[in-house]
Amino acid sequence: MRTLQIDFMAKRKVALVLSVSFLVIAVLSLGTRGLNMGLDFTGGSLLEVGFSQEVDPEEVRGFLEGAGFNNGTVQYFGTNRDLLIRMPPQREVNQSGMGDEIFAALQSQYADVGLRQSNYVGPAVGDELAEDGGLALLTALIVVMIYILFRFTKQFSVGAVVALTHDVLIVLGLFSIFQWTFDLTVLAALLAVIGYSLNDTIVVSDRIRENFRKLRKTSPVDTINLSLNQTLGRTLVTSLTTLFVLLALLFAGGEVIRGFSMALSIGVLVGTYSSIYVAATTLLAMKISREDLLVPERDGEENADGSYP
Amino acid sequence: MAEFPPDGPPLLGVPRRNNAPLNSFAGWQYLLIFSVVVVGMIYAAPNVFQPDPAIQIRALDQRAEQGGPSDAATNALLARMQTVFSEAGVTLKGADVEDDSLMLRVESDEAQLRAQRLANEALNANGLNYVVALASASTTPQWLQNLGGEPMSLGLDLFGGSHFLLQVNMDEYLERVVTNTAESMRDTLIDARIRFTPGRDWVTGNTIAIAFRDAASRDDARAALTDFQDFELSARDVDDSPGLRFTLTQEKIRALEDRAISQNLTSLRNRVNELGVSEPQVQRLGRERIVVDLPGIQDSARAKEILNKFANLEFRLEALPNARRSQIETYPYNGRDQEIMRRNIVTGNNVQDAKQSYDPETGQPQVNIELDNDGGRRMNGVTKDNVGRAMAILFIEQRPGVRKTEVDGEVVETFYTEEDRRLISVATIQSALGFSFRITGLGLREAQDLALLLRAGALAAPMYIVEERTVGAQLGDENIQRGWQSVGIGFVLVLIFMVFYYRFFGLAANIALTTNLVLLVAIMSVLGATLTLPGIAGIVLTVGMAVDANVLIFSRIREELENHPPQRAIQAGFDRALLTITDANVTTFFVAIILLSIGSGPVRGFAVTLAVGIVTSMFTAILVTRALVNLMFGGRKLESLKI
Repeated sequence: MRTLQIDFMAKRKVALVLSVSFLVIAVLSLGTRGLNMGLDFTGGSLLEVGFSQEVDPEEVRGFLEGAGFNNGTVQYFGTNRDLLIRMPPQREVNQSGMGDEIFAALQSQYADVGLRQSNYVGPAVGDELAEDGGLALLTALIVVMIYILFRFTKQFSVGAVVALTHDVLIVLGLFSIFQWTFDLTVLAALLAVIGYSLNDTIVVSDRIRENFRKLRKTSPVDTINLSLNQTLGRTLVTSLTTLFVLLALLFAGGEVIRGFSMALSIGVLVGTYSSIYVAATTLLAMKISREDLLVPERDGEENADGSYP
Repeated sequence: MAEFPPDGPPLLGVPRRNNAPLNSFAGWQYLLIFSVVVVGMIYAAPNVFQPDPAIQIRALDQRAEQGGPSDAATNALLARMQTVFSEAGVTLKGADVEDDSLMLRVESDEAQLRAQRLANEALNANGLNYVVALASASTTPQWLQNLGGEPMSLGLDLFGGSHFLLQVNMDEYLERVVTNTAESMRDTLIDARIRFTPGRDWVTGNTIAIAFRDAASRDDARAALTDFQDFELSARDVDDSPGLRFTLTQEKIRALEDRAISQNLTSLRNRVNELGVSEPQVQRLGRERIVVDLPGIQDSARAKEILNKFANLEFRLEALPNARRSQIETYPYNGRDQEIMRRNIVTGNNVQDAKQSYDPETGQPQVNIELDNDGGRRMNGVTKDNVGRAMAILFIEQRPGVRKTEVDGEVVETFYTEEDRRLISVATIQSALGFSFRITGLGLREAQDLALLLRAGALAAPMYIVEERTVGAQLGDENIQRGWQSVGIGFVLVLIFMVFYYRFFGLAANIALTTNLVLLVAIMSVLGATLTLPGIAGIVLTVGMAVDANVLIFSRIREELENHPPQRAIQAGFDRALLTITDANVTTFFVAIILLSIGSGPVRGFAVTLAVGIVTSMFTAILVTRALVNLMFGGRKLESLKI
């Protein structure tokens, strides 16, 4: 099999414009519209109820308003027999009992209603979850940066973190633009995106490092192009198999896990792109050269990858 | 430069045998890999056996059965249930006698619900004697169980059930400890006839300060108050008089908090044990939180009702006309004001056992109470000296609540407790009372709850529910089904793709991938990890990503084939991809560990599978695939290689 020879780096200006405009849109949307935070982070009550036949959410919402539960949202969840009812934290109400009260009220009106799930999160817990989540994202990025700094060089380290931040921001941006619910599972997905995209970036970086050491006379742009082409097959196959399972989750996994599989699917697509363009472009922007990657002779261990000149 | 044999560097530090052909493992290496896989299969196997729906019957009060939980008693219970079930037409699939409970297996979920109702009707017709819980009985064969084989337990999102996070209100608890201590100190000093300066407030914050007329009284008081060990004592002047100061230091506060939490845990465990849940979990989380998980609970509203409920009794004497005003309290009773002493004879905390039943004459609900040693002696001592005087029973109920207020646009929670105290009976003491007696004057529900709460022990500190997640059994079933369905679909898609793309190597990768799944499930089972829906998502993702290592190796072999003969290409492909695989997996592993340490609930479930998946996939993708490839191609003369 012949290695492809696509001139990735020639298009890097186009990619840069593309990435930057995506990022600008994402950040703008995050700044203006914000995220549609789920119950986990806002606190409040959430009920999923099932009916034996089709039901009109507006009618149920009207009924609940009449029963004294205000400002709630009622929407279909998966099918038109299942409803998701969200009630924001309300003043002067013993919120932890509200789910039961809402369900009791519904039962008095609709004989066929069944409780599928009921969640209550107090505002203090919601704040903590949000704080911990943000901390987890930040820690993940920092640990990754440090590890790559040790295993590679600072250019790779910055490249990887730029790529990861890029991916996370774009996924967040899409969640903001479409106002998909952002809950704990989506946060977990974001961290998995970091893990996945990092995987890709490291595989590419590994090859770039190897080629820089092996090829003496090639320009950095050509070396990077060659490395990207050599790893392209693997990048695509892995993305494809991961997407297979993610799409299975997205379409067969049910409503509860939809946000998770959506975030990861987008993340894998963006991550594949970013490991080719963002990380590598950052390397060039930071003027990576062969000298940066030469290893002192004493480091015999490095031989294991056969990458010595 | 280090010296390696001409064939290249060793794989994972295993030295190459001299003269051995390329791409072959020694016999013991195959054997080792094979054994790991077999062990994995054994420990993954219990997950294949679907548990039977069952009901678990436990005697509430072991002493009710003569001679404790004896075999005879349990067998009698079994025989009785067999009769009940055969009359009602419920087929028993089997019965197991466990430590203190009876597990009855039935055919279906519907039969399970019916069996529970039948058992309740038969056993608990007059007062609560047995707890009848819905359970799932393991069908894992005995030999597997003997090896320690257990299936993964299912999380609440898959099994159905309720999860509660309770916040213990330590501020209120400490405040109460200080006030109560001050009061009992006052009582102690009055009893010992030690004179202190009257009319000043003893308590400021966490300090109790007492002033005395003279140094001699202070020294007497100091000797009399040695029992109050929870406080740090210092003898210093108070208001320019000789004084004693009792302060709660940080250290003492910690100790008090720990004691409060452990008492709350005990009380909570006792409470949830009566809820009809087969495996309730009650655990401390951090400094002042408690997690309660009730898998498979049917009535979560009832659970919530008794979790943080506080009900107690106080037994006090009627006030005599000559009592000092500071020593009495007034409560309405039967339309008039009843004056009673402030001081308790005993409280519900001295109750050893309590049971709700009915008054044989009036049919009114009553609570039969048995006091512990200390309480019984005190009750006897006081009533003996006060025959003819009235004794009042004060019923105290506390309802915790959370109030929300908006401060600067942010919702802030404040906890508060509503307390309701009322006299439920005032009756003349006819003769000295002993250890057991009965209490009337309550409604049925109140009597039932009071009996349960007295039995369980009071909560030391008030608690508030700050998080609740309840998943219905039906949604749980759907979640499992959908979860495994997506694992199946994704898995098959990947298998098909790999065979088409890599031929024999794809097949090897597929076997490795299957092994990976088996090992992942085995390790999760052995670790006793709980499977949740995000956990299943983690497994799915592992399936997708686990092939990455193989893809890396295979692409590398393809590349090496351009410049090397097949055997050498295989060798180089495996060896050179190793470093890349390690680098990539180590970083992802870090991310999984971060998720695990910082995340909570669903995030943790995902992180566990991701972390375990990375470890197993490295083993299978590198070693299992290599072994298969070696078995197929090792030592053969290859002209070309299809990959």
